[in-house]
Amino acid sequence: MSKSDERLIETTNDTSGVKIDPAVSRRNFLKGSGLALSLPLMAAETAEAAEPAVPIFGPEKVAITLTINGKPLKAAVEPRVTLLDCLRNDLDTTGAKRVCDRGTCGACTVQLNGKPVYACSVLAIEAQGHKITTVESLATGDTLHPVQKAFWDNDAQQCGFCTPGFVMACKSLLDKHPSPTDEQVKLGTGGNLCRCGTYVGIKAAIAQASAAMKKGGRA
Amino acid sequence: MAEYKWPEAEKRQHIGKRISRIDGPDKVSGRAKYSYDINRPGMLYGKILRSPYAHAKIVSIDTSAAEKMPGVKAVKIINGKDFELQWVGHEIVALAAETEQQAEDALRAIKVQYEKLSHLVNDLERAKAPAASLRKPAEGVDGEPDKAFAEAGLVIHEGFYGNDVITHCCLEPHGLVTEWSDDKNVMIHPSSQAISGIGGELARALEMPASNVHAHMDHIGGGFGSKFPVDIWGIEMTKLSKLAGGKPVKYFLERDAELAVAGTRPSAYARVKVAAKKDGTLVAWESDAWGSGGVGNIGSPPYPYVWKLPHQKKTFQVVATNNGPQRAWRAPNHPQAAVITMGAMEDLAAKLQMDPLDFFLKNIDLTGVRANVYKEELSKAAEMIGWKANWRQRGAGAPGSTKTVKRGLGLSIHTWGGTPHQSDCDILINGDGTVEIRMGTQDLGVGTRTTLQIVVAESLALSLNTVKVTIGDNKLPPSGASGGSTTIGGISSAARRGSIDALNLLFEKVAPTMGTTADKLEAVSGKIQVIGDATKSMTWKQACAKLGVTPITTRGKQPGKDTLATGGVGGVQMADVSVDIETGIVKMNKFVAVQDCGLIIDLKTAESQVFGAMIMGVTYSLYEEKIMDDATGKMLNGNMEFYKLAGLRDIGELQVHMMTGKGYDERGVIGLGEPPTNSPGAAISNAVANAIGVRVPTIPLTPARVLEALAKGGKG
Repeated sequence: MSKSDERLIETTNDTSGVKIDPAVSRRNFLKGSGLALSLPLMAAETAEAAEPAVPIFGPEKVAITLTINGKPLKAAVEPRVTLLDCLRNDLDTTGAKRVCDRGTCGACTVQLNGKPVYACSVLAIEAQGHKITTVESLATGDTLHPVQKAFWDNDAQQCGFCTPGFVMACKSLLDKHPSPTDEQVKLGTGGNLCRCGTYVGIKAAIAQASAAMKKGGRA
Repeated sequence: MAEYKWPEAEKRQHIGKRISRIDGPDKVSGRAKYSYDINRPGMLYGKILRSPYAHAKIVSIDTSAAEKMPGVKAVKIINGKDFELQWVGHEIVALAAETEQQAEDALRAIKVQYEKLSHLVNDLERAKAPAASLRKPAEGVDGEPDKAFAEAGLVIHEGFYGNDVITHCCLEPHGLVTEWSDDKNVMIHPSSQAISGIGGELARALEMPASNVHAHMDHIGGGFGSKFPVDIWGIEMTKLSKLAGGKPVKYFLERDAELAVAGTRPSAYARVKVAAKKDGTLVAWESDAWGSGGVGNIGSPPYPYVWKLPHQKKTFQVVATNNGPQRAWRAPNHPQAAVITMGAMEDLAAKLQMDPLDFFLKNIDLTGVRANVYKEELSKAAEMIGWKANWRQRGAGAPGSTKTVKRGLGLSIHTWGGTPHQSDCDILINGDGTVEIRMGTQDLGVGTRTTLQIVVAESLALSLNTVKVTIGDNKLPPSGASGGSTTIGGISSAARRGSIDALNLLFEKVAPTMGTTADKLEAVSGKIQVIGDATKSMTWKQACAKLGVTPITTRGKQPGKDTLATGGVGGVQMADVSVDIETGIVKMNKFVAVQDCGLIIDLKTAESQVFGAMIMGVTYSLYEEKIMDDATGKMLNGNMEFYKLAGLRDIGELQVHMMTGKGYDERGVIGLGEPPTNSPGAAISNAVANAIGVRVPTIPLTPARVLEALAKGGKG
């Protein structure tokens, strides 16, 4: 139930299209404060007092371009729309799932510039200019990514609703730690929850995928 | 007429092997489309205004401002003026707008005046409930309990045990996408455990022909017993679609609503008195039990669980509370009954200074027809967890205990029915040799598709990938709802019968060419051959080519001739925990399960079911609790930070052993979803009591409760 700090995005001041002052970034505030993600209002107010010159977007829809799995995709969304909802509702990219919708369960995990993030806790407009990688990009045709193959082989899914998020979290873990220790496995999956109880399979899948990727499988 | 039976063990090509689920690649790649993932052209987003009060009367509603909000296409009052709202989250108004954000804004523009009424949301302390909330208790007596308890020389234990309310917390919330395809026909994509029945249920509510509702669902993100009905939101969103000119409307519950209204497992509390002779022989049971499933009635859990004591006196009282309604929660009533019964039994064993394993074995005949199964399973589980080497008298601390961290072991036994549900299927054998099974069932993640593929391929002696499985649609032959562990028996029996019939038709077709009769043919490893003579054979493809372009079709049914599936299983679980007596935190060291379920079709997904039940069990034993605020009547943890599920790090080492082979296979297929869910609470609670020397009476065993029990030292 504890969460890995690695999940928080580090910095976002190189946006294109929409400029966001790094001082206003909710993520930076959260990172610095170490507070949980459940205090967005407080973050906004604090930031506003410090930086009055905040650019304003919306409340109407804003035209945005997101780089999803290497392709630029256009959408028009209100600034309050999360990356997750934009992916699912506007871009019909539904691998990432909406479950808790507030940064707890990890079902919406995608990669932003190669790092795992909760897509429910990133605004779509903030995600512009970043490389967004979703679960849909991992398999090539019928050839599964070693992490996906390992999930299948070890029956690390039942209903499968948490699975795309877990696959992305585990891929991110193995990208960073090709031979993770038990503690790294616990941390790397600590931001994801499963209701059917597939953790035994997931542990085995991480071990199999780690071995396969070191042997020259695709990273 | 054909004879229907499962193949002998040595002849099985696929059945009982470890086979990876066939929808695995779709699920791991994100390609699997759940109903929540369905996007339709011009789709609107539905929202529901829900009661902020646990009990209130609606004085007035004004939706006029909401109707004028940008993007709003339809607004409909569900429960209007003078309606008495019975729980927080009770539905008031439904609306649909072009974006989800617009729909949210419109909800805020609805003005409702309420008259607040008194409420009750917790029933742990029954004495505090007003008389109006207490239903008339039901009573039951077996034997002569009063006389039995008065016998001289008995050891009698009295205690209180309980289970708080928990929710299903399906990761895919309840909901659907619904649309009027034209002015007569409705198409829905629900998240449902009953795809064959849900269309008819919606049609009845809308007073339209059942054949005009088409329901389709490829995948479902969890159900656990909570997703049988079409639900008020299914009906109201379909009405909104009509109001909006037939446009598709998507509505899936937000997480707080999902946890508040989409199903709870009823609470269960009991004061128990149980007596045994000094040698441990169980004599008599008395329980005064109560529980709540919301405002409605609920049935009593089976007290005492599994053990049939000769003398029993039981009362059960329903407490009506202002909570979202209960729904079947994986093995309704059994986990709660296990916590209460096995807790009392373990406490009695401690009072007798007996090892509970010996105590259970001594009384094993009181478990009835499965006494020998339990004996075998207890012995296997004890070996897996190292019971004899690690178990110590209560409070003495199992090996490895320190001054502040105490280790203990606990056990529980359980049962379940799991008899097959009614099921039809069509089997098609095509001229090109491909085979398809069509069935209006659903795969909750238990491996339904995989099971069907295995059974059909086995029956026709084909490779797995020759068989296509088509499920998840109410236009397919109807199959029962997936609940109560009834699915696998129902679907595998129907698939087996249909396949055998289809094969016989194929035999009839090719027999003349082979110069023989159909009854002299058999299918072996992708070939049709004269029984026992491999020299007179043709390949499956050659045989099917005789069909031309018209496939063979047969209808497989359950129930039907001969018995392929039965019910009734026993299981044993043992837990090894460590408890930090300074913080009250319980840590799982090891947890083992031994389970029978008759003939296993796919060992891999069967084991996954048991692992899953154990992990769900760790979760409900240690973390899960629907925390209701007495003052406001609201759920305080309607989110996933504080409605806690176990993570990968919380489960310790898990081991599963399936009882298979002789003595088990002969019973046919039996459902497995529920049984292993029944014992975790009891086994873990007993392990904690063994570790710290006192009973933590109510699950979940939170740190606060562990510390409270320690502070009381077992008194009160």
